Amino acid sequence: MSGFLVFEELITTGKIMFVNQPNQQQLPINTYPKWKYVLIVIVLALAFLYAAPNIFGKDPAVQISGLRDAVITQQQFEDIEAAWQENNVEPTIVKPSTVGEEGVQQIIARFKKDADQLKARELANDVLNPTLENQNYVTALNLAPATPEWLANLGGEPMKLGLDLRGGIHFLMQVDMEQALKRQQDQLRRDFIDTLTEQEPSIRGRVEPIENGMLLSFRNQEDAERAYEALFKDHTGRIDLQLSEKGGRPIIRGTLNQQMLQEIQNNAINQNRIILSTRVNSLGVAEPLIQRQGADRIVVQLPGVQDSALAKQILGATASLEFRLVNHEADVVSAQNGRVPPGSKLFDSEYGPVVVFDEVEVSGEHLTNATASYDPQTNEPIVSVRLDGEGGSKMTRTTTANVNDQLAMILKESRPIFDIKDGKRVLVGSELEERLISAPNINGPFGSRFQITGRFTEAETRDLATKLRSGALIAPTFIVEERTIGATLGEENIEKGVTSVVIGFALVLAFMLVYYKLFGLVANVALTLNLVMIICVMSLMGATLTLPGIAGIVLTVGMAVDANVLIFERIREELRAGVRPAQAIDKGYGHALSTIADANITTAIAAIILFAIGTGPVKGFAITLFIGILTSMFTAIFVSRGIVNLMYGGRTVKKLSI
Amino acid sequence: MQILNKETNIDFLKLRKFAMVLSILLIVGSITSFFTKGLNYGLDFTGGTLIEVGYEQDADIPKIHDQLEAIDINGAVVQNFGSAKIVQIRMPQQDHIENAKVGDEVLAALRSDGETVTKRDQSFVGPVIGEELKEKGGLAMIVALICIMIYVALRFEWKFSVGSVIALAHDVIIIIGFFSITAVEFDLTVLAALLAVIGYSLNDTIVVFDRIRENFLRMRKGSSEDVVNTSLNQTLSRTLMTSITTLLVLLALFFYGGQTIHSFAEALIVGVFIGTYSSIYVASPVALLLGVKKEDLMPPEVEKEGEEFDMP
Repeated sequence: MSGFLVFEELITTGKIMFVNQPNQQQLPINTYPKWKYVLIVIVLALAFLYAAPNIFGKDPAVQISGLRDAVITQQQFEDIEAAWQENNVEPTIVKPSTVGEEGVQQIIARFKKDADQLKARELANDVLNPTLENQNYVTALNLAPATPEWLANLGGEPMKLGLDLRGGIHFLMQVDMEQALKRQQDQLRRDFIDTLTEQEPSIRGRVEPIENGMLLSFRNQEDAERAYEALFKDHTGRIDLQLSEKGGRPIIRGTLNQQMLQEIQNNAINQNRIILSTRVNSLGVAEPLIQRQGADRIVVQLPGVQDSALAKQILGATASLEFRLVNHEADVVSAQNGRVPPGSKLFDSEYGPVVVFDEVEVSGEHLTNATASYDPQTNEPIVSVRLDGEGGSKMTRTTTANVNDQLAMILKESRPIFDIKDGKRVLVGSELEERLISAPNINGPFGSRFQITGRFTEAETRDLATKLRSGALIAPTFIVEERTIGATLGEENIEKGVTSVVIGFALVLAFMLVYYKLFGLVANVALTLNLVMIICVMSLMGATLTLPGIAGIVLTVGMAVDANVLIFERIREELRAGVRPAQAIDKGYGHALSTIADANITTAIAAIILFAIGTGPVKGFAITLFIGILTSMFTAIFVSRGIVNLMYGGRTVKKLSI
Repeated sequence: MQILNKETNIDFLKLRKFAMVLSILLIVGSITSFFTKGLNYGLDFTGGTLIEVGYEQDADIPKIHDQLEAIDINGAVVQNFGSAKIVQIRMPQQDHIENAKVGDEVLAALRSDGETVTKRDQSFVGPVIGEELKEKGGLAMIVALICIMIYVALRFEWKFSVGSVIALAHDVIIIIGFFSITAVEFDLTVLAALLAVIGYSLNDTIVVFDRIRENFLRMRKGSSEDVVNTSLNQTLSRTLMTSITTLLVLLALFFYGGQTIHSFAEALIVGVFIGTYSSIYVASPVALLLGVKKEDLMPPEVEKEGEEFDMP
């Protein structure tokens, strides 16, 4: 702070001015050194350049992306292009995402007309998803910014529009952490019992749940100590064990440690985020947002989606997992020709066609965990699966009776159905989709703990574990906030926002011009440049423009003139005090500087706190307010002085137009 | 053009006793209203479901009430929203329907007799969120005030710092009082507006303080009162100008910005008036009351480099 005070002290005593810093003392009053003009011109040129993408509007586009891990191969891409060419719907620009080894994740193709866009989407869909069973790609209608390529290559991008300006649905989902914890607690009970029955079968005791863990009570101290040792050996690192006494009986408190609790929470959130992403992807929404918020919430934003009931159905649908047996007696070839034996179903999987019995041996609700790990002997990547007690005994029964058969794991999920209505792709319903995710061989009887092996890569085991868990309902979610903004309301909001900015801006410009004449004009130029700079910074930051954000911009316009008002009033004062015009300009700018800095810093403090503590709309407002404060300091002080210097600098001035 | 074409010499401080009584009355009134009448909290704070629908003809509100009763919706508020064809329905938490489904069921009920009803906007806010928001909003306000107090204390002096924070609290309380008395809906954007008012009003106060400090150093003669009065006069035309330009854009927002930011603009318009008043009649008089004087503002002796080495 002291540096600040000294600086200001010098300004008020007039020893240091902008123009006569030690090395530039030869410059006459009210002139900037050349480098300052160069700097201003460069900054403003960049501001115009990066604000420019916002005026080009948007082109209809088709966004093609692979679902799950599917990539678009070179061959598929060429097929799509050929289909487009045949039907005369050639895109203006095709932009693939970064190219991987096997193909690309996503392609965005821009078109001139809306009709072309629809047609192109249909054609691409036909190429990529030829059958109903095998829908591995999403083709979505989108609006791609029509930024010229050279500008886009320089990183120029228009501002993103918030949901309130483009219409869509916003959900805030809460993950039920209690449920997730409870499952872990149940798991803990089984683990404790398993350990003790295996290692100390003679010990008898009781297990009861306590907060974040289990309490075991024993008949005598010796039992308790032996149990403690066995448990410590098996579970150290994830559980805090504590030996003590309660009501005259020795007890052990086993609670999940902090690290485990954190892990459970993170797992539950991440698991749900992955599940939500897959479902949102299946909706074919362009530019969805799925983001963690705080400790236990997830934000989902679906631009352009209007039917909230269906969206909720898709997002909220719980996937379920089923363990069923493979029907070996069935003839796969005849099944493929439509003759599937009764009580069975044909699945197309990555392992080829498989016929599976309809009867469910064990359902996914019994699954407590599935993790990717390594076989301790061979060090091969495997998936370890755990079932609860009931699931374990069912599994033992099934596997004992069917050694050397295949156990099919089937994931059931609802999938959206779309239809074309009035030239628009709309969501009309959903259907249950069954997918075979794995069908390993049963090498011998097993129960509640088993492993799936099979020359997997590490990525494959992770993927399989995720799929299995997604059907297990480890931590259910529920919606705590929902906002649907109709497309018309979005358009109205943009229109009203723009109107109020234009009117407010025009009023201020007119008022300044009348009140301060030529100097008012200078302030107006500074104000306009400020607006351009705000847009430029927001575009570069990738910030999202919302209606409260527009309000923030409007307010900044009103407040940004304050800096110029302060300066001009000061100049008038100096003139009234009989100071000569050139000196009045110099003193006016010099004296007002510290006041402007103080006033803006305090407003910036309020903006930062708003941003840190606020959510959604408040954040949008805070961002624009803060950016506006920074850019207005530059334009109102630096740029306006530059212009004034050009007009009045380096010559004798008799009268100021102020 | 000039509003004040010569240096004014208004004795602002002559009225400070009257202003103090006025401010205290306003604050007491606001606090009383806040605790007896409360605020008309928007959906963001209360939780519940809000749905905005458009009809092709003028909406039949009694019929909508009947339709809602038929599906056992309790405590619904049905009102026109900006036009006779647009209806906004607000419902508190419902016990018998899962909260996330209320909106969809209501829409189905409105469409049950075959009428074309378009959904314009639908929101559902869970009860936890609203509570959190009140807590966070209050916290934001307090943290902002403390940070500003520290900054002003560092840059000026603690007496100014207390003056500015009292002025800010004064503004916030009176605006909340205004929203309580007029029962205008208090939603999330109003909360943002309140914080913007803190920024705006402070801006005004700082400009005045800055001038007071400068005048304390410059004017050899005159009491503290004289210095404050002169400073208020010197900054008056700037204060008015900035209030006018800010009001101009706020009026544009108020009339053309649409329903969503209506309350926001309203809160800020009230805020600009209160903020301008408080920087003249609250912030400086409080600093005077605390006995601010010339010596408080003398810059600390600037230590010359090298002197430190002479220290024992």
